[in-house]
Amino acid sequence: MSADLTAPSGAPPVPAPPILRAERIIKQFGGLTAVNDVSFDIPARSIVSVIGPNGAGKTTFFNMLTGLIRPTSGRITLNGRNITRARPDVITRRGVARTFQNIRLFGAMTAIENVMVGRHARMRAGLVGAVIRPPWVGAEERAARERARELLAYVGLPTGSFDRFASQLPYGDQRRVEIARALATEPALLLLDEPTAGMNPRESAELAAFMRRLRDDLDLTILLIEHDMKVVMGVSQRVTVLNYGAKIAEGPPASVRADPAVIEAYLGKEG
Amino acid sequence: MSGPLMTPIATLRALAGRLPVWWSRVLAAALIVVGVAVPFLFGGNGGFMNATIIAFAYAVMSLGLNIVVGIAGLLDLGYVAFYALGAYSVGWFGSEFFAKAQVHVLVNSVVSTLPGVHLNFLLILVAAAAICALAGVVIGLPTLRLRGDYIAIVTLAFGEIIYVIAVNGANINIGGGMTLTAGNLGISAVDSPYFPGIAQFGLLDLKPWYWLIFAILLVAVFINLRARDSRLGRAWIALREDEVAAVSMGIPLVRTKLLAYAMGAAFGGMSGAFLATYTTQVNASQFQFGFSIFILAMVIIGGLGSIWGAVTGGLVLGYINNWLIPDVLNNLPSTFGFRFQLTQVEFGIFGFLLVITMLLRPQGLIPERRRQLELTSAIPADDAQLGNEPEGTT
Repeated sequence: MSADLTAPSGAPPVPAPPILRAERIIKQFGGLTAVNDVSFDIPARSIVSVIGPNGAGKTTFFNMLTGLIRPTSGRITLNGRNITRARPDVITRRGVARTFQNIRLFGAMTAIENVMVGRHARMRAGLVGAVIRPPWVGAEERAARERARELLAYVGLPTGSFDRFASQLPYGDQRRVEIARALATEPALLLLDEPTAGMNPRESAELAAFMRRLRDDLDLTILLIEHDMKVVMGVSQRVTVLNYGAKIAEGPPASVRADPAVIEAYLGKEG
Repeated sequence: MSGPLMTPIATLRALAGRLPVWWSRVLAAALIVVGVAVPFLFGGNGGFMNATIIAFAYAVMSLGLNIVVGIAGLLDLGYVAFYALGAYSVGWFGSEFFAKAQVHVLVNSVVSTLPGVHLNFLLILVAAAAICALAGVVIGLPTLRLRGDYIAIVTLAFGEIIYVIAVNGANINIGGGMTLTAGNLGISAVDSPYFPGIAQFGLLDLKPWYWLIFAILLVAVFINLRARDSRLGRAWIALREDEVAAVSMGIPLVRTKLLAYAMGAAFGGMSGAFLATYTTQVNASQFQFGFSIFILAMVIIGGLGSIWGAVTGGLVLGYINNWLIPDVLNNLPSTFGFRFQLTQVEFGIFGFLLVITMLLRPQGLIPERRRQLELTSAIPADDAQLGNEPEGTT
């Protein structure tokens, strides 16, 4: 699978085994086939992208990987374990985290609380523990809060905004908090759904650099849905192109960019 | 910042924020001391004391419903069902109703000669909480896939089902000539609580009753505060704010929602068990739909999602319902020459209060910090979330 992967400099030298493998995924909504027989591998510690025109089935594909919707047929494995029909919270626990195309923060919770919710799967306190609050629960709470502060600092949220409600933060900071919240779940695979939407070129470039840093600092694998071609071409080791739910091209950015099928999907047929 | 009462509460909050941590412990201790001393200040008996006891019981129910509606954001219109089940726990396990049975656990010498099932009140309290928690899960299960108004309809139906079963239970034979409930005739003469060496419960002295419900209320407030400020409380609020995002962050939807239903129901059951014991009867006619709305009104007037708001709402409506209207102002209309009594229009009064609250102070008397934000925030939360008008990006 990674034979066709011409890794740019900075990528792992040895082809890594896939962290996630989707085999022959089909999703039908009534008569509409949103995702049609897509197979897909994500090599560990890589950054790969899914692109395609609006309505190509990218987000549907994402939602299947994270368990929000279930494929009509096909099989998804994470590190060799089948997660095709697993619940979203179980998939998160196993190491897949995501952000959303339209930011979905908990608006009436503070930035810190948002990130602490991301710690949920990594904490143990239940109702009894919460009420009695033995020392280990207090320690767990403090550790979660401390970790949330670290992550918010890591994604570059100003310290003064930590205790502000998420809905009161500027747009760019909301994106940051959303990434911090996803990182709080301790993912091995991070799915970013159009993270540069609404950003200017400078911010997009910063985000691209940040994604590389994430991969190198945290050993993360990143799957990206993105419309900004500059970001996609600059950061990805591999690009997959969906159109009308089907995979029409896959490969390193340069070859995908030159692929006639891709050009046709984006610009239409000539003549 | 709407509402005339906004400023004092905000000022108090700001003040409280500056006080050292131990201050909240001192405040809590003072509150408990004053609470315990109340019967000595107002006399151990009389209408006011009676109203206080009932108001405290309402506050416990209000706290329970607040978990479901206020914190977890699941609109429950059938909460009266848990009042009913709690009360019937007393009817079943603390009276002569099941006359063929002979079960006595930790009850006084007089009661232990009577037929029927007689458990100590504390055991009944635990049983009521357990039965209601289970019933809460049962009502929770079909609503898991539903949102908003649809949850309200299902829970409303559940409340009605329990009411209809309570009314017609007199015809449901459960063997040995015994029936499930006594319907509108009611189960009366239920056992009084028996705490030997601590207090003597009777009709002449209301002090022990007061202390008992005060203790239950304290426990309820404590559990609510601890649960809200925990991993579980955050999960409830996250589910309320955005279910899709919450499950994507690793929160198990089914378990977390059912826990909210179960815990909310358990408080309704405990309060119901206390009220049944205090009023010494369990009558199906008490468990009508209107009472669900009455408790919901407490939660809303107090401030959705706010624990102290729920307590305040329960106390305010409890006093208005059991003291202000019947004892103080009942004959007010006749002094103006009207030929009716205030108790005859009490639901109208509650409706009026609810409308006034919504107009002047939609966030409730003691609003939750978060809800306040939704109602007063200059930037509509929705716009910011959808990212339609990104700020700081151009």
